[in-house]
Amino acid sequence: MSRMLVTGNAAAAWGARLARADYVPAFPITPQTEIIETLGGWIEAGELDARMVTLDSEHSMLTAAGAAAATGVRVFTATSSQGLLYAMEMIYTVAGWRAPFVLANVSRALAAPITLEPDHNDVLAARDSGFLQLHAATCQEVLDLTLLAYRLSEDEGVRLPIIVNLDGFYLSFTREPVQIPEPSAVDAFLPAFDPGGLGFSASRPVSQAVAVLGGGPYSYFRYEMHEAARNALAVFDQVAADFGDRFGRHYSPVESYRCDDAEIAFVMMGSFATKAKDAVDQLRDAGQAVGLVRPRMLRPFPDQALRDALVGRRGVAVIDQNLSMGLGGVLHTELSAALCGVPNAPVLASFVGGLGGRDIGASEFFAMVDVAREAARSGMPPVPRLLYTRSELREMRKLQGIAAAERAAAGQPGDGA
Amino acid sequence: MYRIRFHGRGGQGMKTASRILGTAFFGSGFEVQDAPLYGAERRGAPIFAYVRAARRPIHERGVIDRPDLVVVADDTLVPIPTAGVMAGLGERSVLLVATGEEPAVWRDRLQLQGPILTLPIAAEERAELRFVGASCAAAAARLIGVISWADLERATQQELAPLGETVVVENLRRGRAAWDAFAPHEGLVVEGAEAASQVDERPDWIELPFEAARISAPDIHVAATSTEVRTGLWRTIRPVIDYDRCHRCTWVCSTLCPDSAIAVDTEGAPRIDLDHCKGCMICVAVCPTHAIETIPEGEAKHAESEEARP
Ligand code: SF4
Ligand code: SF4
Repeated sequence: MSRMLVTGNAAAAWGARLARADYVPAFPITPQTEIIETLGGWIEAGELDARMVTLDSEHSMLTAAGAAAATGVRVFTATSSQGLLYAMEMIYTVAGWRAPFVLANVSRALAAPITLEPDHNDVLAARDSGFLQLHAATCQEVLDLTLLAYRLSEDEGVRLPIIVNLDGFYLSFTREPVQIPEPSAVDAFLPAFDPGGLGFSASRPVSQAVAVLGGGPYSYFRYEMHEAARNALAVFDQVAADFGDRFGRHYSPVESYRCDDAEIAFVMMGSFATKAKDAVDQLRDAGQAVGLVRPRMLRPFPDQALRDALVGRRGVAVIDQNLSMGLGGVLHTELSAALCGVPNAPVLASFVGGLGGRDIGASEFFAMVDVAREAARSGMPPVPRLLYTRSELREMRKLQGIAAAERAAAGQPGDGA
Repeated sequence: MYRIRFHGRGGQGMKTASRILGTAFFGSGFEVQDAPLYGAERRGAPIFAYVRAARRPIHERGVIDRPDLVVVADDTLVPIPTAGVMAGLGERSVLLVATGEEPAVWRDRLQLQGPILTLPIAAEERAELRFVGASCAAAAARLIGVISWADLERATQQELAPLGETVVVENLRRGRAAWDAFAPHEGLVVEGAEAASQVDERPDWIELPFEAARISAPDIHVAATSTEVRTGLWRTIRPVIDYDRCHRCTWVCSTLCPDSAIAVDTEGAPRIDLDHCKGCMICVAVCPTHAIETIPEGEAKHAESEEARP
């Protein structure tokens, strides 16, 4: 087909359309709504042969998605932020059913305070659920990873649902050139869903979600999920190789950019990683050996691929667009575990930035390289840093000044009290 | 890389303008990124949209902080700091304002280093500025000077096709007029540096100090905050009640106003709270005696300031 300008949301919808999703349970939430609207428009126009049902909540939506997938149809759904949290009970439950389908999550930071702009705390809340996670950095990846996700999810060796994550605003509402593959080529890559052992009808009832008592059976079922998730590492490589042969776009669980001879590397996920690429290019032009390592896959955690990419670097700046309260950045923690005890592992410098859509400026990438280089020189990991500037605090102080005046007017003690 | 920002109000077609320009760039062989940015998605609220175009893949993302061209479709946004119209305007940045006033007035008012141009808007068009998006896109394309009319025409058709042939034709007519009007300034907008920053720039990071929850919880300590936010600023058209025609039915407009911006006074007369009326014109549509008229907000403001003169 053609290369056209589409938003990340439209790219997700194209993924569902080209995958010939049969069933789309839906509930709107900013910034995801355009995905559902686009699919709805195509269904109405007769361009997509699927059934869309609007549910009363994300909780019901996920229940419907899991139940439909368990009957053996191909399911696509999408949510964001508070919606994902509201569905959380069913996120864990349908993964336990081993129901394969794709959920697009349009990242948006969590309340409170409430916002519309992105960070990754929403999708990371589903980190331990049994859903696999693929994180897109461009609109093209949103489409391609959606197609890959169906193959991966439906594979007999995996059979787990998958979240494809795209950042709100920075991808969801941003148009970029996207190569839309030929439907026939996608059909050849991704044939109709073969439900295998799945599927039920009135004459052949199945009970899913059985109750178990005593930890033995429970441990068995849960650990089987874990093993299936670990299998997904190898299956992803096979599926991505097939995809690359057919479409010429090659995906690995971890993207390495100008990293082979790099002394210092950035590690980060999502769309802001393309900003890091720009910083890498500029630093390279200035003669500095810097690269970028970006996990496309967060679950299963591609620990070996990360070790392969990072051992030999001297310092690493890990940029977490999330914050685990009382711990710090999630990616930093997981990467530390992956590198623990490995000879020649680089020193990690931890940064938390881009919370609630806060921009990460080019000058900040340059400064993070300085910090990582100094850490490498001294061998001492620095104190984790929030990317936050004096002028941002000044703005905050202005707001607090208003709050203080309000409190004073209300007869409450002021800030100095 | 070209970096362009469009500022306007929700409903004025800034997203459309950015998409027409983005598609035209793309049709001319550029790599493109375009996006709207809005907070509350409401008609009349300030929004902006941006376009990046380059001869190589674009990795930059998000808000453009050093624009080569800023297009302002609604000149009432210029004095509103949160609209961010002036952000990052450097000595080579071009500012284009759609306005009823002369360029000299704006040059005098804004004292910018870079060139200021105006897209003349006749007073009677000010109301909804329905076609301003296409005009802005066409003016921008001409100022940039690397897009042909054929590519711009195709992009306008492609982006507006869902709205029907009549809309496309009218927008093309307006677009062509703007395109022709800016011919003398063709190529005035100069492509900015590939990278927005230099590798020796450093941020002014600070350690965020701990503060007690009494200070650091996101609380507002006054009641009725929604009355404090003057959503009336978003209005582009103003409803005006003709009290000679109003029958004092006492409920239709006041009940159906979605923002509860119409109160009924003790005499039974409806009173519009202009600080909060968002200009949706529902009251105009529902009044059984057709007692509510509409006037462009700009005109109403102008008349008010005339009256206020000694
Ligand atoms: S235009 Fe009329 S209905 Fe709409 S907000 Fe204003 S007063 Fe209310
Ligand atoms: S609806 Fe019309 S007639 Fe009734 S109170 Fe409002 S303006 Fe008057």
